[in-house]
Amino acid sequence: MFITLLDSLYQQPIIHAVRDSVVVDTLRHAGAATGHGGSEGNVFTQLLNHLLDSRDIEFQPFTHFSFPQFPTVHIFGLTIDLSITKHVFYMWIAALVLIAIAVTAARQNRKRRVPTGIGNLIEIIIVFIREEIVLPNMGQEGMKYISYLLTTFFFILTMNLLGLIPYGVSSTGNISITAGLAIVAFCMIQVAAIRKQGFRNYLAHLTGGVHWALWPILIPIEIIGLFTKPFALCIRLFANMTAGHLVLVSLAGLIFMFRSYAIAPASVLFMLGINLLEFLVALLQAFIFTILTALFMGIGIQGGHEEENSY
Amino acid sequence: MENLVYGYVAAGISAALTVIGAAYGISKLAAATMEASGRQPEVAGQVRFSMIIAAALIEGVTFFALVICIILATK
Repeated sequence: MFITLLDSLYQQPIIHAVRDSVVVDTLRHAGAATGHGGSEGNVFTQLLNHLLDSRDIEFQPFTHFSFPQFPTVHIFGLTIDLSITKHVFYMWIAALVLIAIAVTAARQNRKRRVPTGIGNLIEIIIVFIREEIVLPNMGQEGMKYISYLLTTFFFILTMNLLGLIPYGVSSTGNISITAGLAIVAFCMIQVAAIRKQGFRNYLAHLTGGVHWALWPILIPIEIIGLFTKPFALCIRLFANMTAGHLVLVSLAGLIFMFRSYAIAPASVLFMLGINLLEFLVALLQAFIFTILTALFMGIGIQGGHEEENSY
Repeated sequence: MENLVYGYVAAGISAALTVIGAAYGISKLAAATMEASGRQPEVAGQVRFSMIIAAALIEGVTFFALVICIILATK
């Protein structure tokens, strides 16, 4: 589980390299565009702050404190801003929660033959991932990568679930964080393929066994194909998390738009339903990220041997 | 001012088309799953498992289009 901590430390520079990403801009525009209604624009912008990254953290009626800001770093023409924001802070909280749970579970499981309590819960999930995700897709070879896949699953699950508690924020609603996860997944997919097949075979699979005259056409297509899969992983996780919270924010904003208390019971009931759906989506998206990474790694591993798996 | 109006109309129509495409695909998927589970109940668990993966992939593509619609509607 030190991988979790390393993960969160590595992702920090990436997070702020795209601080003014397109989607943040568009959501801010959305807040400003409704602003010519006057007060309802302000309310929408305030509600949107639940979704967006910000440099200070507010516990609404109580306190409000700002994070330390670091000066921007200029590397290779890129301006990277390594200051701490809300999403980074919640990512660290997710990492700490996960380390605490994992260490407790491991200690309990070491002491007793039959696991009970939280060790039992974690063991059920780990066995599920091993039996359903790792072994069918990657075979025995996959046991080398199981710690990475378990880290991915639990880390994404924890970050998603933290957004559903009061005053919590889903860190995976930030495209930079999911981009960091997708970059690590991309590296692991190439590592799995290269380790099993050898570097020369891996390059040979990029050409795909056609006549050498077609290589200038085929190789760029294959290289782009290498990048689209982790890109889809990134966008899928980010959009699922952000869309869910956006619906919640919009339902809350309905009350302000109608300016009456009569709409409140219906709106809160809908919000309750969507919140329960969000629990399902949190679990499902963590599972989907993990199983797709395992699937792509399995394709890379089996590309050397062309053997059938148990499906 | 005219061009902004076209942007909003396009965003609305494309969001609707996206949802139509996704709902059609996932409904075909669910229908096939029900049929397969009915024919052979002992593989119902595996079929359901594969259905969830395929549904998540289809929804992933839907969210690409949705993000573009949101960008179009607010710029």
